[in-house]
Amino acid sequence: MARIIVVTSGKGGVGKTTSSAAIGLGLALKGHKVVLIDFDIGLRNLDLIMGCERRVVYDFVNVINGEATLNQALIKDKRVSSLSILPASQTRDKDALNKENVGKVLEELGKSYDFIVCDSPAGIEAGAMMALYYADEAIVTTNPEVSSVRDSDRILGMLASRSRRAELGLDPIKEHLLLTRYSPKRVEEGEMLSVEDVEDILSIPLLGVIPESQAVLKASNAGEPVILDTESDAGKAYQDVIERLLGETVEFRFLVAEKKGIFSRMFGG
Amino acid sequence: MALLDYFLRKKEKQVTTASKAKERLQIIVAHERNSRNKQPDYLPQLTEDILKVLRKYIKVSDESFSINLDKKDGDLNVLELNIELHDEQTAD
Repeated sequence: MARIIVVTSGKGGVGKTTSSAAIGLGLALKGHKVVLIDFDIGLRNLDLIMGCERRVVYDFVNVINGEATLNQALIKDKRVSSLSILPASQTRDKDALNKENVGKVLEELGKSYDFIVCDSPAGIEAGAMMALYYADEAIVTTNPEVSSVRDSDRILGMLASRSRRAELGLDPIKEHLLLTRYSPKRVEEGEMLSVEDVEDILSIPLLGVIPESQAVLKASNAGEPVILDTESDAGKAYQDVIERLLGETVEFRFLVAEKKGIFSRMFGG
Repeated sequence: MALLDYFLRKKEKQVTTASKAKERLQIIVAHERNSRNKQPDYLPQLTEDILKVLRKYIKVSDESFSINLDKKDGDLNVLELNIELHDEQTAD
């Protein structure tokens, strides 16, 4: 049985696609068979973040409509052979996906993959509902900022009421909090909600804290998921996320601002 | 005094932004959760009344009966009743 994980948030621009790419690639690097699905029909971007945009021939909607087989549409990652990407379509209409046809595709993928990572579109419209409907686990991507936290709480409500697990009365979706764009310095200055603040409000278990990092933009510029940048704080933080998803207990890093030496404090810098 | 002002202002700022954000969020989130989960006040009484009427005619155990008020998209509310009927349907 594949683990179906949705990366969701409600609010746009908080790092869902960046996180999906990093987590998908990270799990594959650990030797697991992973498929990454872009559910953002009409606005695909996962291909760009993964660096495979030139290799898209068929997409998710082609598969749904029977115009291509899954194998034709899946793009094998050039870096890790156990990772595949199913791109979203760019032009088709959003209503192409429904519970039945998405369910069939996921069932088929579940036969050959260990992890199915679903990159959700922003919002609470049909596309986002489709992405979370079949999920076993949800990574709720949140920025330490009021509108993002509020939207995450809305999404938690949806996970608990609109998913397949909720409808069938099965065990609820396992929820994980992924706090992104975290700036310990601003937290210490009292300008940003802290990890504890967000945990208090959303009260779901913490999966990871990704520090605000220049490496993220560099990674998307290059089409190389940031987890490959093993020197960067963000890359390391995503590696910790992978360990935790695989059941390891890893201490949280990058939660406190780097202490400046007395000299740089005195003379600025 | 400027130096003192500087320190005082810094301290004041800490009280105002992040903690203000948390406080506002706690209130709005609690409020929204409430309206999300809230079943109308009449539901328990309605449930009892429906059961009373049903039991005039058929045997219904508490386990074989469920009632649910669901908010669907938009303004549509659906009242859903599930009653399991057994072979022996008439009351004694």
